[in-house]
Amino acid sequence: MTTDIRLYTAGDAAPVPAWKRRTRWQRLQQAVAPLLRRPGFSLALLVVLFALLAALAPHWLSSFAPYATSPADKLSAPSAVHWFGTDELGRDLYTRVVYGARLSVQAALLAVAIALLGGLGIGVLAGFAGGRLDAALMRLVDVLLALPGLLLALAIVTAIGFGTVPVAIAVGVGIIPGFARTTRAEVLRIKTLPYVEAARLGGASWLRTLLRHVLPNAWGPVAVLATLDFGAAILATAGLSFLGFGAAPPAAEWGTLIASGRHFLITAPWVSLLPGLFVVAVVFSLNHLARSAEEHAR
Amino acid sequence: MKRYLIGRVGQALLVLWGAYTITYFILYLLPGDTLAIMLSASGMEADGLSPEDLAKARAYYGLDRGLFEQYFDLLWRAVHGDLGQSLSLGRPVTALLAERLPQTLALAGLAIVLSLLGGVGLAYLTAYLQWRPLKTALTRLPSLGFSVPVFWMGLLLIQVFAFGLGWFPATGSQGFASLVLPAVTLAIPSAAVYAQVLQRGFQGVWQEPYIATAFAKGLSRAQVQARHGLRNAALPLLTLIGLQVGNTVSGAVLVETIFSRNGVGRLAQEAVLRQDIPVVLAVVAVSAAAFVLVNLIVDLLYPWLDPRIAHTAKVS
Amino acid sequence: MSQPPLIEVRDLSVSYRFAGQQTQAIRGLSFSLQQGETLAIVGESGSGKSTLANALLGLLPGNAHIDQGELRVAGVDVAKAGERARRALRGRTVALVPQDPMVSLNPTLRVGQQIAEALQLAHRRRYPALDSEVLELLAQVGLDEPALRARQYPHELSGGMRQRVLIAIALAGDPRLIIADEPTSALDVTVQRRILDHLQRLVAERGISLLIITHDLGMACDRADRLLVMKHGELVEHASPRQVLWGSQQPYTRDLLNAAPAFVPRRRPGPPAGQAPLLRLSNVGKRFALPGQAAPFTALHDLSLDVYAGQTLAIVGESGSGKSTALRIALGLEAPSEGRVEFAGEDVTGYSWRAFRPLRRRIQLVQQNPFAALDPRFTVFDSIVEPLVSFGLLKGEALEQKARDLISRVQLPVQFLDRLPKELSGGQRQRVAIARALALEPEVLLLDEPVSALDVSVQAQILALLEALQRDLGIAYVLVSHDLAVVASMADQVLVLRRGEVVEQGAALQVLSQPQSSYTRELIAAIPGYSRSVLPVAV
Repeated sequence: MTTDIRLYTAGDAAPVPAWKRRTRWQRLQQAVAPLLRRPGFSLALLVVLFALLAALAPHWLSSFAPYATSPADKLSAPSAVHWFGTDELGRDLYTRVVYGARLSVQAALLAVAIALLGGLGIGVLAGFAGGRLDAALMRLVDVLLALPGLLLALAIVTAIGFGTVPVAIAVGVGIIPGFARTTRAEVLRIKTLPYVEAARLGGASWLRTLLRHVLPNAWGPVAVLATLDFGAAILATAGLSFLGFGAAPPAAEWGTLIASGRHFLITAPWVSLLPGLFVVAVVFSLNHLARSAEEHAR
Repeated sequence: MKRYLIGRVGQALLVLWGAYTITYFILYLLPGDTLAIMLSASGMEADGLSPEDLAKARAYYGLDRGLFEQYFDLLWRAVHGDLGQSLSLGRPVTALLAERLPQTLALAGLAIVLSLLGGVGLAYLTAYLQWRPLKTALTRLPSLGFSVPVFWMGLLLIQVFAFGLGWFPATGSQGFASLVLPAVTLAIPSAAVYAQVLQRGFQGVWQEPYIATAFAKGLSRAQVQARHGLRNAALPLLTLIGLQVGNTVSGAVLVETIFSRNGVGRLAQEAVLRQDIPVVLAVVAVSAAAFVLVNLIVDLLYPWLDPRIAHTAKVS
Repeated sequence: MSQPPLIEVRDLSVSYRFAGQQTQAIRGLSFSLQQGETLAIVGESGSGKSTLANALLGLLPGNAHIDQGELRVAGVDVAKAGERARRALRGRTVALVPQDPMVSLNPTLRVGQQIAEALQLAHRRRYPALDSEVLELLAQVGLDEPALRARQYPHELSGGMRQRVLIAIALAGDPRLIIADEPTSALDVTVQRRILDHLQRLVAERGISLLIITHDLGMACDRADRLLVMKHGELVEHASPRQVLWGSQQPYTRDLLNAAPAFVPRRRPGPPAGQAPLLRLSNVGKRFALPGQAAPFTALHDLSLDVYAGQTLAIVGESGSGKSTALRIALGLEAPSEGRVEFAGEDVTGYSWRAFRPLRRRIQLVQQNPFAALDPRFTVFDSIVEPLVSFGLLKGEALEQKARDLISRVQLPVQFLDRLPKELSGGQRQRVAIARALALEPEVLLLDEPVSALDVSVQAQILALLEALQRDLGIAYVLVSHDLAVVASMADQVLVLRRGEVVEQGAALQVLSQPQSSYTRELIAAIPGYSRSVLPVAV
């Protein structure tokens, strides 16, 4: 059987028109461009980029030193010099929030990375293997779900000690079950779609099907969840720091900043409320990004 | 039906056992000298003790036995209602829990009611309104709700309603007035989650062909939403209420700390600070039990609300 | 005709606004409908026929806008009336029988409650006879055991029964007009016919007008007194069925009529004697264990078939007939419970996926739903060459050349290689899926309802393409379809399945023109357009 019988050719005897495959980057640009045209999305992106920049290079964003005390200026209200005011030792609060991004964002990234690795691993394995392995893994996820996130984190912190890294690990383990469930559901859904069957009938191995069809198509909802959980991880690490299990007091960390400011709530409410507002802005922006991406995909 | 019930209860017990076991192994197996932690929790320094005293202490805490022997001993006693002694307070853990639990139950109960009212109310309103700008604004509100740290929201409420307006006490656990601010604080994130899920539920349901059927009968928008929309949109909410129990317990730890309330959450926070392992284990186990119980109830309610899910084999 | 018309539409234009763009759905449409008359509005997807139905009910979505014109229903101009006035029309003057019965009933309410709700609205209050009237309606629409049905939930009823419940709901308000929006396209043909017969009888008894919205010109000719043919929101033709069938003036209507495969069995020489079959199923059966039930469910029983090179074997059946199971067994996706599967003389029964893999180059599948058959993240190029890449057959320039060959073979421009599935229409996607199946140059191609998800005119193009491919490449087809007209236009051999049993089997000409079993005769009689007068045109 040969295939050189042409039933139809595009154009009369003209050479085959130039056709080049679009690159991935071009396709990404096409996908993101309409999102960037929305002002809300761009603003949220700017806030998140600001927080990431603060985590990488805080000295670019502030001229003060985060630990330099100045008792004369203690508890001064927000002004043109001290944008967020100063704390009880006269330290510039805006600077401390910016420098605090390093610990908080790193902790949140570590937590999400742990959750992604664990959750994706369990989810893909359970969804793809099926049968007894699936049942066993899902029972494990049920058990992890039954342990309230913060309390599981508290138990882990009790065992391995206080500090930012243990807190991040604890938070990450707490998010695993959600990831595992979402990933498994997506894998199960995509596994039964006709195009996966077509690929299998075309001779593709399970591994190839997994890597080329299932994972790329399952990635969307998982990425959205990762963005959402990045915000949730910031809140959870801040919460644990607030309770006194995170970074020790002189260190700047968002949860610790809010916690130490609450003793001056009556006289100087900005000391805890403004850093908190910054956290709200970052997390809300993350949620907005995730949500816009999700709505756009639909 | 009876077989399903037994199976479901068995599964719940299995999950509870798994949760207890995992917590036990996290607390006793992870790096860190358990004996030193326990001694310091009891107010002693491990370094200052002679080897004989250390051995005596090890035997006292039951740490001289094998890990699994200890585990089965603890499990056996836990099954019989004995959760051990608090190291730092020197009292039985069960007595501590019995003392603190009512506070937390009142707080969590009120918070769950408030979050359901707020969340469902917001979503119902969003679905009914037709004026675009307001509808969009209300759709964005939930994601703001769960972007706010619980502890920060607590501080803000204290600042405004206790210090500013003086309507409610800032801290304490006496009377209903002291319960309002903590319960509102605790309810906000859950309400946001309910509102978002229900808003999406309504969005989906409004597209369903059976809504067109209902309109074609001549029902008004309000009637269609109440009779045909709500129940179908709210089905995913039920599972969520079960899952939110965990978040409520987590939030209770923070809220009770901020508002200085003597509940189980604060007990957990103090126990972790003092590394009081038996108390931590007990609190985690109790909250896991609450989670399992609520989810069991939710599962049993589900077929009653969604006739498509039947436990018994379908009779055609 | 002294009575004013029940519906009078004058110069109606409706448009949709979406993402800042305005699209016209209906342009300058005018028509009228008398009491007791049956009118059919025929058009393909995007013709504006569903928009018209929604406009008549006053149920246009929020982004739709009536730009101009009048839309009078029983004297009320729906285009300008307030919501209260429109509500008064719905149910009591205009009722709806919706498109897909499977999803058009509220899943959490009992059937009886949903009918009672409509009755109560019509009477504006609760009344004592409500329950008995519900039962009476259920009996009138032809449901057995009304008392039982009223207590059941929609998911406990079959599609046909649910459609009858929806008809009962429409009748409850004692309306003057019933709009039937593609009333039976989601149902099996025989069920479809029975329900439409019943609906027309009920409507005729009560003197209700019927407005049928459909894509199926044959069905419209069977059922309606008058036809409106629409295309891209404009009225193309307004005629009686007789005028349409005996030579329409409008080219578009003629195209529509010709596009629908005529029910004429094809005559072709059979397989040369002595030739060995490519694919052979002998006495194949399949049983599934059902959870909670002791007896296994028999999906397929004692099926035998032979497929020869260059020939088409069609498997016909309604839903639940086991035709998909037969296909999956032939593809090695499921192991038969009994019997043997042979491919080119090789016994492949119970082959593992690995053992079957070399055979995949010789037997391929074209799936039913072109909208889900392509990976949304793959370009057409990636999709088409995937089997070649999986088998590691071609690389680099040779691969791109092969892709160009394949896409030309399915009559698409080469530039399409770069597109994503969402940038293609349904017919174009099906062409891509066919190109993918052809990539490995198979000898047998299994076609699972290859055109059922497509518009009629597109169906004809795809069928012509398949025909040409078979002629040029000598591929054997196994066609699985519920549509006897499609089967008649393609098949050499026909096999009729019902509930897993072979009802009839043989040469297409013989089975379709002299059917032996009553079931086959019923299937043929249910072909839309068959009962009246399509045949004189086709022959």
